[in-house]
Amino acid sequence: MINLAGRDILNGWGKFLFTGIGLGLLIGVTLSMAGIYRGLVDDGRVLLSNGGADLWVVQRDTLGPYAEPSNVRDDAYRALLGVKGVAEAGNVTYLTMQIEDQGKDVRVMLVGFQPGHPGEPGYLVAGRPITRSHYEAIADIKTGFRLGQRIRIRRHEYTVVGLTRRMVSSAGDPMVFVPLRDAQEVQFLKDNDALVNERARTAANPAFNRPGVPGLLEAVQASQASSRTVNVVMLRLAPHADEALVASEIRRWKHLEAYTRADMDDILVAKLIATSAKQIFMFLVILAIVSAAIVAFIIYTMTLNKVREIAVLKLIGARNRTIAAMILQQALGLGAIGFIVGRTAATLWAPIFPKYVLLLPGDAVRGALLVLAICALASVVAIRAALRVDPATAIGG
Amino acid sequence: MPAAIEISGLTKRYGVGDAAVDALKGVDMIVQPGEVVGLIGPSGSGKSTLLKCLGAVIEPSAGRMALAGEAIYDNGWQVADLRALRRDRIGFVFQAPYLIPFLDVTDNVALLPMLAGVSNASARERARAMLTALDVGHRARAPVAQLSGGEQQRVAIARALVNQPPIILADEPTAPLDSERALAVVRILNEMAQRFATAIIVVTHDEKIIPTFRRIYHIRDGRTYEEAGEGRAA
Repeated sequence: MINLAGRDILNGWGKFLFTGIGLGLLIGVTLSMAGIYRGLVDDGRVLLSNGGADLWVVQRDTLGPYAEPSNVRDDAYRALLGVKGVAEAGNVTYLTMQIEDQGKDVRVMLVGFQPGHPGEPGYLVAGRPITRSHYEAIADIKTGFRLGQRIRIRRHEYTVVGLTRRMVSSAGDPMVFVPLRDAQEVQFLKDNDALVNERARTAANPAFNRPGVPGLLEAVQASQASSRTVNVVMLRLAPHADEALVASEIRRWKHLEAYTRADMDDILVAKLIATSAKQIFMFLVILAIVSAAIVAFIIYTMTLNKVREIAVLKLIGARNRTIAAMILQQALGLGAIGFIVGRTAATLWAPIFPKYVLLLPGDAVRGALLVLAICALASVVAIRAALRVDPATAIGG
Repeated sequence: MPAAIEISGLTKRYGVGDAAVDALKGVDMIVQPGEVVGLIGPSGSGKSTLLKCLGAVIEPSAGRMALAGEAIYDNGWQVADLRALRRDRIGFVFQAPYLIPFLDVTDNVALLPMLAGVSNASARERARAMLTALDVGHRARAPVAQLSGGEQQRVAIARALVNQPPIILADEPTAPLDSERALAVVRILNEMAQRFATAIIVVTHDEKIIPTFRRIYHIRDGRTYEEAGEGRAA
């Protein structure tokens, strides 16, 4: 038996192809939405894995450092190193800010870290690690910064000595890594005018400026002008150490909150990006419905354009299933073209997106099956219309 | 040899009660194998209804209808598989050729035997033979859109004949054609009727071809009246 659907497609391949391309672009948007969601999750997971930490120690009763603010004294790491099972500790600060680059603002997450300790960038794609105590930076390539470029962060200029990749915050802002002390200064130190004002305000306060207590005012002013806090202490555990047990010890004895990698994964995926994920999921559902409606409309219109041929086919003895198969195959063909075009389009335009778009092969397979299922479902209306065509239509009168 | 078509007292009523309309009011007709008869009547006389009853696309209300001696409708009883009946025993030629635009000439004709379960190769062989018999064998691989009106109508006749049905129903097959081509189509129908012993009923208003019929059925107000035709050579 001739494949009627195939012949019809070949006969009007231009129209069919362009319809498929139109549908494909819509499917491409749908796949991109799924890729954006996957990218969000993956960015979070990469953020966790690239830091090289096994435990994140933050302020008690907070979900820091990514989902909530957290402040921990920067000497807490010494006590944490004393906990059994802890091999290394590193203080880390995070601050989202704007950096000016050649007249344009670049939104970045400034990360203060201790070179050689947990929290440093996982790998470099160019340049070298930070070797000086101050004013060197490693930037994610998404910032657009180049090796050797000098960037101004608040009051100081930093030289970009290394470039890294896939180091972005949960909001998608690329990271700039600087030495911890510099980051603390950026995060907590006020500008000169504010310092002068603060000193004057403190000097005017009789509680801090007692005539009989020499050195008190200077001590208070010094404490106001420096910061001894970080956002998180990242711990790397000794081999075979039980991370749940170590976390429990820290919670119990150090009055801090400790999260394992699984906990952080849950905080990032289930809490921090949950609303974004729901938003994207709703958009995906709407796109799927719109795609189904468009496929149904296209197939229905294509079928109505063939009413006379269908009537003739029925009159000369074609079975209903032959006609239904023709329409179903065309719907599936349209879906197949649409999916191929959509997948290709999504792959091509993914790098243009400012945030990471992760197109997983598994999602592509699920997407293909969903598209074919939608097309099959959408063809039902057209098949019903075709089966209602009266063969007598082919005979005049 | 039984008559190819034998109809007696055939009626068809549309609607019910006061709104009922009797389109056919006891039609009688006999057509022998190899005979080409004309069916002529004004608009609304019941021609199309009779053609649809004969083509097994609508069910008569009463009467009897037999094809090649086998009853297909008898006062409320009807053959169960009308689709197979249309495919195997009735050929259709329409006012316009109504060829399937996405199939080439051969496959338009071969489609019928394929629908009957004949293999693609055999069906195409039969189709090519029939196209050659109708003098369009040289266009066998052409898309139907590239054919002239006359060629398309010959392909439509080949499609109607390819399963060698006992009857062919031709609904104004010459309406869109000029005199020369119209007479050529009638000539082909006559030749094919003789060659395959097929009974052909030609519904027509076409004054050019009416004189070619040996027998004519006039239909008026749902009743048929038989008349001897001129039987002039087409």
